Amino acid sequence: MMGFAKRHADPLIPLIGCVLLIGFGALFFPKFLTATYLLQQVQIAAFLGVIATGAMVVILLGQIDLSIPWTLGGAAIISTAMAASGHTALEVLAIPAGLGFGLLVGVINGVGVAVFRIPAMVWTLSVNAMLLGLAVINTGGFNPKGEASGLMIAVATKTTLGIPNAALLWLAYGAGVLWLFRRTTFGRALFAIGNSEKASFLSGVNTTRVIFAAFALAGFSSALGGLLLAGYANQAYQSMGDPYLLPAIAAVVIGGTSILGGRGSYAGTVAGTLFVTLLTSVLSVFQIDPAWRQILFGAIIVAMLLTQRRRIM
Amino acid sequence: MLRDYLKNNRREVLAIAFFLLAFVAYLSTHPRGVSTYVLTIWANQATVLALVAMAQFFAVVVRGLDLSVGAVMALSNTLASHVVTGSGGEVAGGSILVLAVATGCGLINGAIIVYGRIQPIVATLATGSVFTGIALLLRPTPGGDIDATLADAMTYDVAGVPTALILLGGILLAIHIPFRRTGLGVAMYAIGSNEAGAVQSGVRVDATRLTAYAAAGLFAGLAGSFVGYVTFSGDANIGPSYTLNSLAAVVLGGVLLRGGAGTLLGAVVGAFILRTISALMFFSGLPPLAQPFFEGLILAIAIALGGADVFRLRNKLEVLER
Amino acid sequence: MSAFVAMKGVSKLYGATKALTGVDFACEPGQIHAVLGENGAGKSTLMKLMSGVIQPTEGVIELNGTPVTLPSPRAAQAAGIVCMFQELSLAADLSVGENILLGAPGTGWGFLPRGRLARARKLLDRIGGEAIALGARIEALTLGERQQVEIVKALMRAPKLLILDEATSALTSTIVDKVFDVLRELKAQGVAILFISHRFHEVEAIADRVSVFRSGQHIDSFAAGSRSQAQIIDLMIGQPMDELFPPRNAGDIGDEVLKVEGLRLPGGFEDINLTARHGEIVGIGGLDGQGQGKFLQALFGIMKGVQGRIEVNGVPRSITSPRDAASAGIAFVPEDRKTEGLIPNMSIGENLQLSALSRFRGGLIGRGNGIDPAAYDALIAELELKFAGLDAPVSSLSGGNQQKVALIKWLALAPDCLLLLDPTRGIDVKTKAQIYRLMRRLSAQGMAVVLLSTDYDELVNLCDRVLVFYNGQIARSLSGDALTPEAVVAASMGVADAA
Repeated sequence: MMGFAKRHADPLIPLIGCVLLIGFGALFFPKFLTATYLLQQVQIAAFLGVIATGAMVVILLGQIDLSIPWTLGGAAIISTAMAASGHTALEVLAIPAGLGFGLLVGVINGVGVAVFRIPAMVWTLSVNAMLLGLAVINTGGFNPKGEASGLMIAVATKTTLGIPNAALLWLAYGAGVLWLFRRTTFGRALFAIGNSEKASFLSGVNTTRVIFAAFALAGFSSALGGLLLAGYANQAYQSMGDPYLLPAIAAVVIGGTSILGGRGSYAGTVAGTLFVTLLTSVLSVFQIDPAWRQILFGAIIVAMLLTQRRRIM
Repeated sequence: MLRDYLKNNRREVLAIAFFLLAFVAYLSTHPRGVSTYVLTIWANQATVLALVAMAQFFAVVVRGLDLSVGAVMALSNTLASHVVTGSGGEVAGGSILVLAVATGCGLINGAIIVYGRIQPIVATLATGSVFTGIALLLRPTPGGDIDATLADAMTYDVAGVPTALILLGGILLAIHIPFRRTGLGVAMYAIGSNEAGAVQSGVRVDATRLTAYAAAGLFAGLAGSFVGYVTFSGDANIGPSYTLNSLAAVVLGGVLLRGGAGTLLGAVVGAFILRTISALMFFSGLPPLAQPFFEGLILAIAIALGGADVFRLRNKLEVLER
Repeated sequence: MSAFVAMKGVSKLYGATKALTGVDFACEPGQIHAVLGENGAGKSTLMKLMSGVIQPTEGVIELNGTPVTLPSPRAAQAAGIVCMFQELSLAADLSVGENILLGAPGTGWGFLPRGRLARARKLLDRIGGEAIALGARIEALTLGERQQVEIVKALMRAPKLLILDEATSALTSTIVDKVFDVLRELKAQGVAILFISHRFHEVEAIADRVSVFRSGQHIDSFAAGSRSQAQIIDLMIGQPMDELFPPRNAGDIGDEVLKVEGLRLPGGFEDINLTARHGEIVGIGGLDGQGQGKFLQALFGIMKGVQGRIEVNGVPRSITSPRDAASAGIAFVPEDRKTEGLIPNMSIGENLQLSALSRFRGGLIGRGNGIDPAAYDALIAELELKFAGLDAPVSSLSGGNQQKVALIKWLALAPDCLLLLDPTRGIDVKTKAQIYRLMRRLSAQGMAVVLLSTDYDELVNLCDRVLVFYNGQIARSLSGDALTPEAVVAASMGVADAA
């Protein structure tokens, strides 16, 4: 949104990081350079990428959405339960219902933040706690029953012309969001509010509506990610969203989006998502102990943030 | 005087009233009635969260945030399960080592935030991952041992009063009461309230902020140690729920996330509210499966009520500043 | 007598902007030295350099003849340089006493020397702050009371050089007199005092020596009383005063554009009636916080709970948000352009579009918003906006050019009514003159212009009619020959009649 140079520098550092990771991996495992491996990584990255897209929209506002885990999980539980219900009507509505659930959660988040002015961090956190509670009531604490519909499985696991469908979906979704950012008043207002809610409000921008829409989009993205993950695993499972919250936020901020809002590029988020996915993959391919994985993950993210910071200043 | 106090500490007073309500409800519904045993169990659970909430308070008051408190707690807890055993001297030395390491973790956070100029929320998310990893190295699976004499002394009671409450009372007496009368305490509030003004007034902002994060580490270390006293073991996976609950606790206790307002006492009361609600749920007769939902619902309602005074503001620009 | 603090060849650059160039300046013990200059002349930069907030790009600062670096306000205070800043340094959440002791020399992290508060109490009482309790939170104080606390806070730091930057702007004349007594006492004790004020009578009352700054340069220094007020003003603005303000509208005053009847906001203002007509500029004056700011904010839909009637061109309007106000044809240029009027990190082009954002058809940028792009070009040309390109961030512009952007973004919407809050604060004289001419032209073309100003010159020389607020009400309406600086000041103070 700023100058040409800044806009294109955001994805640079995570992309260099990706190249280094692939190069490092290839030194030990030649398969890192194969199309199969790379396409598989893009497919896995697509799940995180869709979720991170939603996280980014809210972070651009200067807010945060910590309800990602159970928005994602809840959508997956609803959709898989409906898809396996045996009623045609319910099966048809499985996917729209899951996505609608995400929108609804987003609107609830938006009410707390825009109307009650509760800090997003605690409000979305307590929404997440309620969703968890609902899931427990629903499933009785056991793994949810149900299975993914054919469409969910096809999108999450199959390929078209050799390219994973999930990656194609991510591409389309990303293009849509990029269009929103660049070409719509919503996108412009998003960046404006993230920079200064006051100045935006005083310019006649309907700030409340924009905050609602942003949280709704974030909820929708989490739900979409949940459906993809359910399709990939052919089921919903307890706590399926927990491993996605921090990586999604990490992907966004590594991509150069300011956690204070108002500054960031979608290309940066894409690059951040690829980096986080590759990093996870490298750490697991090298069969590094889970403890060391966590340590390296955290340390590398701090290093990336320090480098991004140096560039911006 | 009393009216002034109530006016200036409205949020704390509300929180205390809310807590008393919940506490009376808890005692009156408890199937075994009021006893030292019941009180001690309740106090031990609440004290752990209160210590983490205190940790979070120090980060929040300087307009920051520490999402690694749970991780530091897990690290201290697992470390304690190795070193807080043996002879009396070893136990003492080990306890000090645990707190020193935890304070060091806080200092690392502070250094990354102050000198690396990275936003606290992302910096501590990342360091939290590192600290959790180290905790996992120390205890891949829950286990270890904590000196029983020390643990019992901390978790039983003295003349019917739970030791945990005496400990908390001592901390509040030693820190909460004099805090606003010291240069350090006032400087922390000033940084949270008006950082540019604090610089102009001659406050050493960097050093003060660093100290605040170190204090956050120290209190997370105390919390981790206390978990060890209760469980006699170390567990690397205790962190996440405590991090999130510490945030909820400070907000319930009237500490503003924008910094510069709220008290240590408020953070403790917030923690007690949360734990008492959980305990209340346990004996409420609600189906067990419905309890997590109602816990979340009550948390959400309490937080929303705390924010409801926005509707009294006449100037919409002031509303935006919240 | 030798100088306590001296600056030699000091320059300060912010990127390409020169805030100060080659300044030589000295202040001596036992002397009250007034620094005068337009906003943006470099006075604040000078103060910040002396008090350690910023470091010079070039040149040296000497303390008692020895070159020093002052890396922080803390270091400056340790050297005896204490500054009372224009932007208040108080923490709103802390009490008066806590603020006074905050970071004071000789205090560390240990217990604060509360014994000193007895002296603070005495000082507060001396400057008319008897009603300010040491335990009161700053948040609950008025702007004037906060300034009194700031003064005491500075005095408590035992200054050898005391810098007062617009320290008395919200104080009544009685309190100002008391403050001056204290300052004279300090002077007698050998303290050097730098005094920045926009009020000439204050400077005349207290200064021993006067220095004038303009466009980042030290123009002249002379003994107080050796130059006339008019001469000093010419030095400050670099051109004669009468060229600054355009002639008033000689033609007729036309139809009512904005009509406000019985507008009230509980706790803000009471029963305000106002009409602004085609061809006239209506001024709004008064001391800070008399309800005039809230009144204009209420007209723009920022306040909740407003009662009364607002008509624009004869059509009654219900205005509950800036959006409503904008669609009723009201534009609003807020006081603080950096946080309210503009978004400094976004580009000039994006800022210009911001107030027209909701008008884009279908929410699509590029589909047109009913505004002819030529409207922007014409305004940019008229105001001579100097910019590298529409893609450049607003923060790259000078203060005056930023204010032009804040104006153009609303004027392109061709509003019926323009509300301005102190639009010329902190901008250079040339831009001021351009803005004044623009306001005249717009008013002549049928826009109702309402100008809130803290600058008496502006109210007296530019406006056709001035409404002075006092205590939430319009104390007086002045126009024609009755519109004099004395009358405006008297009405601001709540004095019934100056004549």
